[in-house]
Formats: sequence, C-alpha cells, structure tokens
Amino acid sequence: MWYLNTSKTKELIVNDRKWREHAHIESKCCSRAMSSAATTPPSVDKVDGFSRKSVRKAKQKRSQSSSQFRSQGKPIELTPLPLLKDVPAPEQPELFLKKLQQCCTVFDFMDTLSDLKMKEYKRSTLNELVDYVTVSRGYLTEQAYPEVVKMVSYNIFRTLPPSDSNEFDPEEDEPTLEASWPHLQLVYEFFIRFLESQEFQPSIAKKYIDQKFVLQLLELFDSEDPRERDYLKTVLHRIYGKFLGLRAFIRKQINNIFLRFVYETEHFNGVAELLEILGSIINGFALPLKAEHKQFLVKVLIPLHTVRSLSLFHAQLAYCIVQFLEKDPALTEPVIRGLLKFWPKTCSQKEVMYLGELEEILDVIEPTQFVKIQEPLFKQISRCVSSPHFQVAERALYYWNNEYIMSLIEENSSVILPIMFASLYRISKEHWNPAIVALVYNVLKAFMEMNSTLFDELTATYKSDRQREKKKEKEREELWKKLEDLELKRGLRSDGIIPT
Amino acid sequence: SVEKEAPGGGADGDDSLYPIAVLIDELRNEDVQLRLNSIKKLSTIALALGVERTRTELLPFLTDTIYDEDEVLLALAEQLGNFTMLVGGPEYVHCLLPPLESLATVEETVVRDKAVESLRKISQEHSPVDLEVHFEPLVKRLASGDWFTSRTSACGLFSVCYPRVSSTVKAEIRQHFRTLCSDDTPMVRRAAASKLGEFAKVLELDYVKSDIISLFTALASDEQDSVRLLAVEACVSIATLLPQEDLETLVMPTLRQAAEDKSWRVRYMVADKFSELQKAVGPEITKNDLVPAFQNLLKDCEAEVRAAAANKVKEFCENLPEDSRETIIMTHILPCVKELVSDTNQHVKSALASVIMGLSTILGKDNTVEHLLPLFLAQLKDECPEVRLNIISNLDCVNEVIGIRQLSQSLLPAIVELAEDAKWRVRLAIIEYMPLLAGQLGVEFFDEKLNTLCMAWLIDHVYAIREAATCNLMKLVEKFGAEWAQNTIVPKVLGMANDPNYLHRMTTLFCINSLSEACGQEITTKQMLPVVLKMSNDQVANVRFNVAKSLQKIGPVLDSSALQTEVKPVLEKLATDTDMDVKYFAQEAISVLALA
Repeated sequence: MWYLNTSKTKELIVNDRKWREHAHIESKCCSRAMSSAATTPPSVDKVDGFSRKSVRKAKQKRSQSSSQFRSQGKPIELTPLPLLKDVPAPEQPELFLKKLQQCCTVFDFMDTLSDLKMKEYKRSTLNELVDYVTVSRGYLTEQAYPEVVKMVSYNIFRTLPPSDSNEFDPEEDEPTLEASWPHLQLVYEFFIRFLESQEFQPSIAKKYIDQKFVLQLLELFDSEDPRERDYLKTVLHRIYGKFLGLRAFIRKQINNIFLRFVYETEHFNGVAELLEILGSIINGFALPLKAEHKQFLVKVLIPLHTVRSLSLFHAQLAYCIVQFLEKDPALTEPVIRGLLKFWPKTCSQKEVMYLGELEEILDVIEPTQFVKIQEPLFKQISRCVSSPHFQVAERALYYWNNEYIMSLIEENSSVILPIMFASLYRISKEHWNPAIVALVYNVLKAFMEMNSTLFDELTATYKSDRQREKKKEKEREELWKKLEDLELKRGLRSDGIIPT
Repeated sequence: SVEKEAPGGGADGDDSLYPIAVLIDELRNEDVQLRLNSIKKLSTIALALGVERTRTELLPFLTDTIYDEDEVLLALAEQLGNFTMLVGGPEYVHCLLPPLESLATVEETVVRDKAVESLRKISQEHSPVDLEVHFEPLVKRLASGDWFTSRTSACGLFSVCYPRVSSTVKAEIRQHFRTLCSDDTPMVRRAAASKLGEFAKVLELDYVKSDIISLFTALASDEQDSVRLLAVEACVSIATLLPQEDLETLVMPTLRQAAEDKSWRVRYMVADKFSELQKAVGPEITKNDLVPAFQNLLKDCEAEVRAAAANKVKEFCENLPEDSRETIIMTHILPCVKELVSDTNQHVKSALASVIMGLSTILGKDNTVEHLLPLFLAQLKDECPEVRLNIISNLDCVNEVIGIRQLSQSLLPAIVELAEDAKWRVRLAIIEYMPLLAGQLGVEFFDEKLNTLCMAWLIDHVYAIREAATCNLMKLVEKFGAEWAQNTIVPKVLGMANDPNYLHRMTTLFCINSLSEACGQEITTKQMLPVVLKMSNDQVANVRFNVAKSLQKIGPVLDSSALQTEVKPVLEKLATDTDMDVKYFAQEAISVLALA
C-alpha cells in the first residue's frame, strides 16, 4: 500500500527494486526475519508477510499431517496420572485403561507451538505403555481389548492428506514425512507389542480387530512416510498370522488395492510393502494351489508389471512370482506368456527389469516347461538382443553366461537357433556398440559349437531368407493396395457404408 | 500360406474376391504393429468379404481369437462400433455382440471402456425386439459375471436399454443395477456409482424415489471414499430430477453429510461440483444450506478443497437468488474471501485471483471500491507471480465497473516486476496481456509507463520472449494505429539495426516482418525498406538470409517499382552469396515475389 499516495512513478520503481532485494535477503535468512522486522523500511509493514510465509512454506515441504484438524479449539488439558509401577498391582489394570483413554487424545503437530506440555505428557505415557505391555503379566483383562483397539484406531486411522506435489515421483522426490510421528511411532510400537504379547488372545481380540479395522489399516499403506509403512507391514503381518478368519478378507482387499492401482490410479505408496507380506503368505500356501491363488497370480500380479512405477516394487514382485513357480511349476507357461504380452514397448529401463525377472524364472524352470514356451520366449529374446539400447541387448545376451539356461538352450538348439540366428547375424554386422558385437560373437560361437550343421545351413540360407521376407512384404503391400482401391470404389458406390 | 493363396481376380468389386485365409493371416501377423494396422483397417477387410461372409466367417474368427495385445483389442473394440452397415445393417447388428461382449470383459480399462462405448452405440441400432432378445441377455450375463471386469462393464449398459424394453425386463434391469451397487468389489461399486445419475435419468420418477434414492444414500456412505465421491456427482442429476418438495428429505441429508465428509477427496468433489449442485437444489436450499456449506469449504483445512471452492466463488455468487445476493455475499462470503487472499497456499490464492475480479460486476461500484479493491491490490503484490498474473489477466471485469484508473497506480509496479521476473515463462505471460492492458489503460498511459518495457523485451536474452515482444508490437500497432507506430516504435526498432549484437539486428528484421503490414505501404517503403536493404551487407550470414526472408515477407506491401528497382538487385546479389543458406533464401524470395 506504500505507493498509493504518490505519483512519482520512476522513483517508485527504484524503491520497489530496493524493497524486493531487501525482502529477498530476508527470506534467505528467515530465522532472523522476525526479529529484524525493525530494520525493514517503515513502509513495508505486516500486510506483506513475505518472510513469515516463506518460513511456513519451508516447513510444509518436509512434513504433513492428517486432515483431521478441522478447527483449532482451545488448548488440550490432560490430568497427569501416576506411573503404573507406582501403584499396587491390583490397581494397575484400571490405571492402564485410564492411560489408554488419555492417549486417545490426538494433537495437531503442524502447529509446533501448541500444547507442548501435553504432547510431551502423551509421549511419555505412550512410552510407559510400550514398556508395560512388553514386561507386565496379567494386565490384559477382557475390558482392555476394546480400549487398546480404540486408542490405536483414534491415533492411526485418519484420512491421508493430499500429496504435496501433483507429480510426486517416488524415485526423485523426498517423501513427505508424517508430522505426528513422535506419537504415531509409539502407538505402532505399542500395538505390535500388544499383538506379540504372550497374553494376547486372538479369540477375544477378533471382536475388535475386524474387517473394518483391517480395511482402514490397509488404506494407511498409501502413507508417504516410509517409516509408517514399515510399521504397518509388521502390524498386518501379525494380524494375518494370528487371525485365521481374516486371512481371506485381507488377501481379497490387497487384490482390490492392486487392481485399483493398476487399472485406475497408478498411485499407491505401499505396493512394495504389501508385496513383501504377500511373499511370505504365498510361501505358506498349501498344495495344490487353490484356484483363487492362481487367479491372483495371473490377473493381479502379472498385470502389476504394466505400471509405470514398476521399479519401486519390482524386486518384491519378482520374488512373489518366483515363489508361485516354485510351488507349482505348471504355472510357468501362463506367467511367461503374461510377461510377453505386457512386454514394454518404449521403456528400456523396464525391459531390463523384465529380462532380469525372466532370468530368475528361467533359473527355476523345469525342462518340460521350458519346451512349452521356448518359441514365443526366444522370439522376444531375439528382439531384445537386437535392441538399439545397449543395456537391453546386453542384459539379454547375459543369459548365455548362465549355465543352466545354456544347458536348456543346448538341449533345444534345433528350435532356438533358427529363431535367434537372423538377429544375431545382423547385429554382428550392424550394432553400434562394440561391446554388444563382441558378446554376440561369443553367442554365435557357442551356437556353432552346439550344432554346427544347423549353423552352417542357416548361414547359407541367410540371404535367400531375407529375400523371401522382402518378397512377402511386397505382396502384403500389394494386397492392401488392392483392398484400398476396392474400398474407394465401394465407398463411391454407396454412401455412408464406409466408416472413416 | 500367404504366398500360395495370392489374391486373385483383381479388384473388380466382387463379394467373394479374397480368400478369408489371406485376410485372417494379416490379422494374425506376428508383428504387433502389422497386426494393429490390419485391425485398424478391419472395415476394408469386411468390405472385401461382403456382409454375409463378414457375419459367418470374420466375426466368429474375431470372437474366438480375442487374446491379443491391449492395443490391438482397443482398435478392434472401436472398429466394431462402426460395423453395423458392414454386417448388413440394423437387422443383423446383433452379430456384433459376441466379440464386443468378450472385449467388455478384458482387464485393461481402456479396452473395456471402448467396448462399452461401442455397445452403447450399436444398442441404438437394435430394434426393440432385438434389444430384448439379444442385447439385454448380454447385459445380464455381464452383470452376473465372475470377474469384476464384466460387472463393471455392465454398469454402463443399463441406461441405454432401459427405456426401450418391456416393464418385466425393466424390473430385471433395476434389480441388476441394485445388486451391482452393493457389489463387494469396490471397482464395481465405483462403476455403478459413476453411472447412477445417468441411470436415474431414464427411470420413471416413482422408481427414482423408491430405488435410486436408497442406492444413492448407500453409495454416499460407502466405506471407500473413492465410491462416496462419485455419489456426489450423481447427486446433481438426482436433485435435478426430483420435485423441489422432495429434495429436503431425499437428497439434502446426504449432501450435507458429503460436504462434511472426513475424507478431503469427497469434500473436494463437493466443492468442485458446487455450482451444479447449487443450480440443482434451487435458491431456497442454497440460502439455508449451501451458503454455510460453502463457507466451510472456503475455510477447509486442506488446501486442495479451499482451492476448488475458491474457483467457484464467482459462479456461486452469480447464481445466488437476486433478492438476497448482495447481503449474502457481503456478510457470509466476502469475509471468507478476505482470508483466502492471504492464504498460506499459492494454489488457493491463484485460484481465487482467477475469479475474484468477477465479483465487482455483481457487487457494483461502491462495494467494489470499498471492499474488493483492497483485495485486488493485495493480490497484485502477492509473492507468487501466478496470483498477480491472474489478477492482471482479468482486469476487464473491473474496468467495466470502476474504470482501470483506480488500479493503475498499483498495476504498474506489479507489471514491472512481472516484466523482469527471473522466469521467462512469467515474462512471456505478462507480454501476452500487454495488448489488452494497453487497450484498457489508453495510449497516453501506455506511452508514459509501458512503452519502455515493451522495447526492453526486444533485447531479452530468451528467444521466446523476443519473439513474443515482436508479436506484441504488431498487436499494439493494430490497436493504436500506424501514425503512433511511426512516432514511437519504428525509430527504436530501426535503431537496433546498428546494434553490435547480431541477435538484436535480427530482431529488427523480425519486427519489420510483423509490422510492415500494420504500418502500411508508405512507412514500409520509406523507412523500413532502406534499413533492410542496407543490412544485406551484414557480416553475419544469419542476418543476410533473414534479409532475404524479410524482403519476401514485406514484398507484397511494396509497390512494383520499389520491388523492381530496389529489392530485385539486392536479392540477386544475395543469390550469389558465398553462404548456401543465404543463396537458398534469396532464390526462394526471388521466385515467390516473381522477380526472376
């Protein structure tokens, strides 16, 4: 507002510049900005708030909190309770309940100045509770179960806030950390100790830890904070282990999360963690595998390969796939066909990942299964070997360093060599990268040693085969040209028949 | 097999010209790209086969072999939507259902959606009898499919067949839809929720009240927020269908609940659809319910929600009932708006800045000066350039109400700051508003305050800015006229022809290119042409070939004697230049201007 009452514009511009420089410096050292308010030009008063804003912005970048604090009311007051160890044992269960109730109070951590004392009080109480459930005996009365679940629910269940940036790239950007972590961590810690406690009885707990609870728990896996997801992983694992009645439900909900992730949003932060849990779940599947589990493999795990952010969970995903194949080798064919169907067209980085996973699968493949898929498989490998991206070509050519794969190729060289030959022969002459050419020479040499008769035959017919291909190509073109002429003629004859 | 069965007979237009095997071989080609190309020309293949063989041979083949790359399937799903005439017209259109049914069950969403789109399209070509005999059973099969994909697809098909079937079938359809709304897969519930409004529109009013409302209420309190937010969309259609007296009991409880949902995504949706909701529920409910709800959204704890609500401020105020509009705005909305001006989040502020000026027309002159002007001024000084730009780009609204003079003193520093912003995109944005600003501020103000800026952009170090500055000059000349150009701009532009920096010398040429037409023949011939011609001796080849280009450009403005006596010799000389590009452009100019 400082330039409202003047008309000397030129001077104003100069002033304006000075002011901006000043503000700029100030924003750089924002910690001192508040106290240096007196040194700012008198004309720039609070209205601008330049420095204060930058302080707030910087903080928001690093942490965020749930969106449950709709309006800040009055300060929170909790009446301090005596320590559990200071009261006689018979009174402890009662006091334990009271402390659980107190810990249901949730604080706003985005406001770093409010309720400091009470925040500290809750923190120490939570700490005490963690120790208490770890070492005490006889505290877990039946009344305690609903209170524990209530306290945990009040603290951890919340609507996750919107992601800070629209285009959050988990590989590049720093994750936004949960502001209330000082309390949240202890709540998770407490809950895990509770679930792991020797006195814990699933038969009582299942009344409170039910489907709704699990559903909310699963939603939290979308948290951006990796620390929270790590705790959630342990919690879910324990629940899956102890509550047999929830297992099918948990698997189904994970299914839904993955399907939504693949086909609707492509955004979910906790895919790797969920896959990690699934890895050990699959490990425990009984044989023969149920149809439900096979469907999960083919309709959920395989499509997960199509997601853009594959690199964030590929290791865990490949582990799950291999687990399945070790359980039931007959699944090899649908798995490999699935991978071939979704083979990346433009993303070389993903192609390298696929090749890596394929090698893991080939490491455990049974020779009878190998024979079933070798043709489509090596057609793809032949395309990879001739990729202009040298990392893709290199990764594919490394298969020939794998002894087990080599033995499989050798057994089936009469099928594989004709598929691979043309690509290898061409790259050995054309590829821009000398390292690739060298690798290809080794592969060609290996093939020559394997089956020299066939190799010679293929070398001899290479040229005529190419010519035949060209001829075929020309015939195709002619066919289509004729078809198009036909379309034109028909199109002229009867209006509206030809959809354009 | 392709080689052996070469297409015989020539293209005489016979129905059975091509053996289907050849065509199918094309559709099976090992190379995906070729397969895709063939599928995209499926209509050509069908044409070659004729309608009968398309029905009896091609479609069964397509139905049986649906396991391919999603891209191929997508193309197929699209093609089949336009296939009615190729299978013999509406009488036979049901032949297309089997392949589309398979496509409607695949996993990939885009393929499925396209299949549903095609099914919806061809449903219109079914006779009522065929619809019941062929189409409706398909919908039922999809609706009770095992895997969620088919049930999801079914959701999109109910509304297209409902209006044209018998009442027994209608009852069945309603039952199926009801079942899908409570499906245990959230994907299906989302699909159902997203079609709820559309389905409600084709239902009889009694059924809207008895069926749709309970489904709507259930979906709006679903355990998943992704389902609940879709119910908000449906709310608009449903509220539009119901008579006013039923809204309070049937819709409002749910809408109130949605506006205070614990998930910000649902509240965001409410904010985003606010104008539609407002129109759907009418003025009375707006006054009693929506005004407080809107206030809450403007004060929401999530910036996303606040920004969505801020975007709607103008529309919401505009649509308020006239008798109480001003009071509501002044007492309820404006206080929230004032707070948003100093919001912590820049997206909120810039959303507000893009609409806030529109309030001045609604509130009139006095209120604008007293209440809005301070807000505009505060936003003009905002730290975020986008906020300032949004204010500047909407000046026209204020101009109509209070005249721009009220703002001009504050505008200037804001413009100057944006004009010198370190980010070239910001500079580019402000340049684009210059002609508009010039028009509103008038020539006098412009000459005094803004002209220098416009000239400074011509020597910006970013090409995009120099280019935009050139274009800006042309628009200014169009606005202020040739005489103004001659006095203010042309001398400065021509002065740059002697600049030691060749980029600046080229800028002179670019300016001349865009100014000559607006300035007219006299200025072009007398002032610009001599400078251009002189520059043909420039040391830098880039300047010389741009001279050739400029001459080609301004040639049409010149008269023929100038062209023959002045332009032609220079171009001829340039055509013998040592630099090949100079030669090329000189020759091009000679031929375009027909000087050869």
